[in-house]
Formats: sequence, C-alpha cells, structure tokens
Amino acid sequence: MTLEARIRASLGAFELDVELAVAAGELVAVLGPNGAGKTSLLRALAGLVPVSAGRVTLDGVVLEDPAEGIRVPSERRPIGLVFQDYLLFPHLSVLENVAFGLRARGMARAVAVAQAGRWLDRVGLPAEGGRRPASLSGGQAQRIALARVLACNPALLLLDEPMAALDASTRVEFRRDLRRHLESFRGVRLLVTHDPVEAMAMADRLVVLENGHVLQSGTPADVTQHPRSRYVADLVGVNLFRGRVSHNVITLAGGGSLTTAGAADGDVFAVVHPRTVALYRTRPDGTPRNVWEGRAVDLDLEGDRVRVRLTGSPPIVAEVTPAAVRELGLDRGDQVWVAVKATEVNVYPA
Amino acid sequence: MILAGAGAAFFIVPLVGLLVRTPWMSAWHELGSPEVLAALRLSLLASFSATAIALVLGVPLAWTFARLTFPGRSVLRALTVLPMVLPPVVGGVALLLAFGRQGLLGGWLATAFGIHLPFTTAGAIIAETFVAMPFLVITVEAGLRSMDTRFEDAARTLGASRWTVLWRVTLPLVRPSLIAGAVLCWARALGEFGATITFAGNFPGRTQTMPLAVYLALETNPDAAIVLSLVLLAVSLAVLIGLRDRWLGAS
Repeated sequence: MTLEARIRASLGAFELDVELAVAAGELVAVLGPNGAGKTSLLRALAGLVPVSAGRVTLDGVVLEDPAEGIRVPSERRPIGLVFQDYLLFPHLSVLENVAFGLRARGMARAVAVAQAGRWLDRVGLPAEGGRRPASLSGGQAQRIALARVLACNPALLLLDEPMAALDASTRVEFRRDLRRHLESFRGVRLLVTHDPVEAMAMADRLVVLENGHVLQSGTPADVTQHPRSRYVADLVGVNLFRGRVSHNVITLAGGGSLTTAGAADGDVFAVVHPRTVALYRTRPDGTPRNVWEGRAVDLDLEGDRVRVRLTGSPPIVAEVTPAAVRELGLDRGDQVWVAVKATEVNVYPA
Repeated sequence: MILAGAGAAFFIVPLVGLLVRTPWMSAWHELGSPEVLAALRLSLLASFSATAIALVLGVPLAWTFARLTFPGRSVLRALTVLPMVLPPVVGGVALLLAFGRQGLLGGWLATAFGIHLPFTTAGAIIAETFVAMPFLVITVEAGLRSMDTRFEDAARTLGASRWTVLWRVTLPLVRPSLIAGAVLCWARALGEFGATITFAGNFPGRTQTMPLAVYLALETNPDAAIVLSLVLLAVSLAVLIGLRDRWLGAS
C-alpha cells in the first residue's frame, strides 16, 4: 500500500506544486509554516480541491489524473481526513457521528450503530455515545473524529493539525494517545502540522513544505542536521548559510566568506551552531580560522543562554552564557569580534 | 426623549385602540360566524400551501444563490426578491398578465390543462406565494452563506453523496434559518392583501382570506372586523415571540 502523488493546483494566487510518496506503515509529517499549503495539499488528496496537473495514485489505483480526465469524487476515495477542528456534526450525537460514514456507504442503521459503538470502545469513550459534540472536551472530540474516520476503514489517513485545537497542557498526553491509535492503523498515514515538536515526535519522515513547494524531506534527524531552508534552520535554532566552496573557502551568497575544514566542492549549505560562535572585545589571535567584526543588534535570554544576534558579513547568531555577556560588557549596538573554528562549519551539498 | 416617546406612542396607540374597541362579550360569537370561519379556514389553507410551495421551490433557489456562481446570478436574485419591495397590487397585476385568461401562460394553461388560476383558491395561493417566498429565500440563503461548508466537505470524505450531504448535513445545519424563513414566509402570506385581491378577487369561501374579510367587514360588521384583526394580531405576536431570539437578542 502506497500513496504516490504529484499535485499541481492553483488556488487563487497560490500555487501548490508537490511531489510526495508515502508507504504503508510509514507516518509522514508535512511540516511548514502557516500558509505553506499544508491544508490545501490534504484537500487536494481528498478530492476537495481540483488538481490542475499531476497524478494521484493509491495502491496503484489512479484517483486523479487531469491529463487522462480521471477524477474520483471525494465520496468514492478510500481516504479518511481528520480536519483541524474535527468538524463533528453538531446536530448529531457522538454515536451518530461515528456511524455517519458507515450509513453514507449504505450500511443498515442497526449494523452501523453497533459498529460505531465498538469504535467508541476502541478510542476509550464507550459511555459518550449519546452526547452532543459540543459538550465534549477537545481531546474527546479528537478521538471521536478519529473514530469516525477509521470506522470507514480508509486506505489513506490524513490528519490536519491534529493537536492544534487542544490546550498546550494536554497536548503531550494526547500526542502519546494519538500515536498509539495511529500505530494500530495499517494504511498510509500522512499528517500535516506547523509544530516541529509534534512532527518530530510523531513522524518517521518529514516533508518540509514552504510556499507550496517541498523544500526538503527525510528522517527527522536528517532534516534537523542538514537544514535546507531558513525555516528549518530557525526551527532548529542554527545559523544556515549558502554559498560556493572552493579550496576550503565558502564564498557566501549573502556576502562574506567562511573557511571550513570539510572537503566539498560547488554549491553548499553551511551550518554553524550558535554555541560554537565565540565573541571577543578585541581581535582574537590563535586557532579560529574565521574572524570578523560584527555589531550586536539583539540580546535575548533563552534558558540559561543569551542569544546574541549580530550584523556583519556574514550576519550570525551566537549563544553565550550570561557570565560571558557580563565579562564582555556586551550591550545592544556594541562592536565585537566574532570567531568560528573551521571545524565547526558543517558543510553539505546544496 | 419626547420624539422617542411620540415614536413609541405611534405604534402603541393603534394597538390599544384595537383592544379597547374589541367587543369581548360577542367576540366568541363573531368568531363562530360562518363567514369568519370560512375566511379563517381559507386563510390557513392558502398561507400553509403558499409556505409549502415556497419551501419546495425556494430552498433550491436559495441554495443556488448561496453556492453557485453563474452569469446573471445577481440579476436573477434581484428579480426574486423584488416582490419584497414591490407594491403587492403591482404583483397582482403582473400575475394577472402572466396567468390571466389573456396572459402569457394563462391561455396556454387553460387550453392545454383546463387550469384557470385567476379568481380561484389556487390563484390566492399563487398570489401569496409570489409575495411571501422572497422572505424564505433571503433567510435560507443567509443561513447557507454563514454555514461552515467544511462540514459538507467532511461528510463527502466520509463517503456521503451530494444528496446525502444535503439531507443529512446541510439542511439540518441551516434548520434555524429554515424555520425562521418558513415562519416569516407564512406570516407574510397570511397577511397578504393587495396581490390576492387583484389576482384572485374577493369571493367568500373561495378567495376571501382574512385580511380581505377584515376590509370588507369594516363596512358591514365592524365588530367582526375588529375580532378578525385581533386574531391576526395574535398570530403576529406569536411569530414575534417565536423568533425573538433572532431579532431581539437573548434579553
């Protein structure tokens, strides 16, 4: 069981252009900032938004291919979509909500209700069948929404920001809970989120979406170690540079240069962790191979560290201890010397 | 403050006048008279029929206006709500010109099906529908527009056909608008005068609805007119109270 999708869709001025493959048993998280096109991607997969070009196949069955004039309507796709705010039907009881998909597929009422009841058991809410969705807590609503979708036995499960509607305090607990329910599902699982922690905690593989395009995909470890966009670099909290390397010197696209110890050639990304950036009042001598002058424009206390944002060529963020800030007498607007060891500049091909 | 008081009095005094002049002793007797009963029966029949027709035709129309975009949509929409602002007499004249003996469709209806609408009970129903249906269309359309259509998306991804979505999701979700629209439509139909008398005439037992009976009785039997007016007032009050959450807030 696999999902293979090549989707191009224009929604007003917004262009979505995504290629995606998900295998059964794999949980892929599409991660991206708000407005990246995550929800549009799910709606396109579910057939709620027309695809202008591309091809969507699930288990070898073509669901959509504009070139061949194929477009399976939403109601006949074996796809379950859990919406961001769950969208439980407010005029139906919880049990009727879970039975809705079975009834819509023509199952007799009594059979559908009995089956829905078993799903309520499975998500741990056997006693809530008679209630109205409005009286449920966020976590309960999430589980009912999941049960409503899983009751239809979909081959592909799509989840749109499953945690966004929950209180921050209950999120950790429900993430564990959701993960357990998702593990028992055999089909293809795809979840979208703007929360990196959620993506890392849940997914086997990340797909980073920005502005309607896939910027990067890979295991969470791979993505965080080798960011390929400012968005991911900011999420991870590292300095990301792009440039062209020749003889261990990277000429940066944004101005300035960095010397690296690694061997590489051509266009590269270079990552410098803020903790490896050292600051001095006077020009340091000795080992550091990269030394330049910068101006501190922002100091932020984060945990037990101070993040110092510096302009210069190149601009960079340093993380130092509060004691170091005191020793340096560092304040906004001060000129400092920035030093980064060549061995701390991690380079990988762009 | 004085002007506001005058404004309030302007509405209150006529109602008080109606109540003061009501012949409470003979009210029950007047209500039981054959003419009054006939008018009441006809009014109920015509107004409920008009509401039923408005529901059957008006809900699809409202759905079309709320969900589809097509050339001429705004023009068509303006035409369908025109009866709300059109003098009802003009509506009656227009109906005569369409369905009358010499009318656009009337001649054809008469020769092909033997249907004569003007000056019949059916004609009274048509006139009331013409004037009252826009209230239903407007209300239901507003309900459909303010509804979160993602509920329909959710239903479709759960395997519901368009028809199932409409019956099991869309219409239940706009139920408050449906009820409000139907009640407004019914109240307007019940009070219809101008279009009815123009298109259907004023025949007791056939086209003489309550408002027509009130107007006629004012000349011959003022007490009956007052009692009939009181019945219509009670109906209006009931509608207002029934819809108070919608218009007067929860206070």
